[in-house]
Amino acid sequence: MENTDDYVLQVSNLSVKLQNQTILENVNFKLKKGTVLAVVGPNGAGKTVLFKALLNLIPYIGKITWAPKVRIGYVPQNIAVDDIPVSVKEFLSFEHHVNMKDSLSPVKLENSNVASKTLGVLSGGQLRRVLIAWALTDKPNVLLFDEATTGVDHDSEEPIFVMLNELKKKNQITVLLITHDVHIVREYSDYLLALNRCVTFFGESKEIMKPQVQNIIYGETVCAGTPDENR
Amino acid sequence: MVLKKMALVGDALSHVALPGLALGILFNFNPFIGAFAFLFTSAVIIWQLGRVTKLPFETIVGAMFTLALAIGVLIIPEAELLEALFGDITKVTILDTATAITISIIAVLLTKTIYKKLILGMISEEMAISKGINVSIINLLYLLLVSTVVAVGIKIVGTLLVGFLVIVPAAAAKNVSTDLFKYGVLSATFGAISACSGILVSSYLNLAPGPMVVFSGIIIFLGTVLTKSKTK
Repeated sequence: MENTDDYVLQVSNLSVKLQNQTILENVNFKLKKGTVLAVVGPNGAGKTVLFKALLNLIPYIGKITWAPKVRIGYVPQNIAVDDIPVSVKEFLSFEHHVNMKDSLSPVKLENSNVASKTLGVLSGGQLRRVLIAWALTDKPNVLLFDEATTGVDHDSEEPIFVMLNELKKKNQITVLLITHDVHIVREYSDYLLALNRCVTFFGESKEIMKPQVQNIIYGETVCAGTPDENR
Repeated sequence: MVLKKMALVGDALSHVALPGLALGILFNFNPFIGAFAFLFTSAVIIWQLGRVTKLPFETIVGAMFTLALAIGVLIIPEAELLEALFGDITKVTILDTATAITISIIAVLLTKTIYKKLILGMISEEMAISKGINVSIINLLYLLLVSTVVAVGIKIVGTLLVGFLVIVPAAAAKNVSTDLFKYGVLSATFGAISACSGILVSSYLNLAPGPMVVFSGIIIFLGTVLTKSKTK
């Protein structure tokens, strides 16, 4: 029998309208603790809007139920750091004093010299890792990761996901990540949610290699009725 | 204001004080109480209009400052207009000085309590909101602090030049800062050096202090530009 305690997130009939336009319609899914959900879809599909609704940053209709005592860490797609002289050490200590080595070791930057550097001079990969370190300072059990590898060169992508995988195994963190990369979906996620203003597919990530699933995700939109639940 | 890319807002905001100054002169009460009152009220109006219209602050301030400037010029007697526009340090009393120091200390302490939230909101409003920060209220407090600082500076350098005091020392500090702490300390230091050296030179050369403060500050700014270009 299904145990609802196993689920960290349950979304029912979620719809979002912004400026009189329907961005998301009738989204339903459940997410088990300690799993990685990849969210895919074309531009304008509503992926970032879904995250904003999950974080209660925008108004929505429907029901979003997080498990009790959930602590969410959020890594946005875009941040403005070029013109702000804030060092990595200051950024990570914004809410409370943190030990730099402890904060940077989950993201494998503890032996680098990034702590004294300004955020604006970091490489794309370093900045993404620092943002993850920031999101981890509150010891979240859920991580929302919008466009995981924006601004990151191809060689730097893999280590970030290897690191996320280790965090998931070690700390039992649940991860929701928006990505366009089929390889990332296949190798590093457990479940796949495909959006195109509605849910077009929800199931195990390994299914993404099936032609019929790829047709659904990348072909003409056919909104699912009631998607399969997270097994 | 430099970090929020609102540098010219500080300049424009100073002109919003003019009607307040004018009313003080006309009705024979301390003009700078009028200036404070107008700036505070304007800050709240700008914040509310920004929330409702989603227009950037600089657009709203731009509209308000031109209106305030027109009203101020119309109602300030001509003899006092120059003093309102350029300030007169010889008319700064001990009470004015004590008031300015007290207000400055309060402003610094208040800024210290909100600056991390303000900076996080500049980096990413979504990250700030996700951490439970009320970005809207922080923006209002920020506008009120800016208005306070501008009002304090008007007496010494006038409405036309107070924009310099909120822009140039900070811009100079940004050229040579690698972290927020250094940026804050250097902004304050450059501002103090500009003011002190400008007033000293004006006294020695018998020139108006406001413009000399500006020249001192610009020399410091150019020095930091040279330093930045050499370290690249």
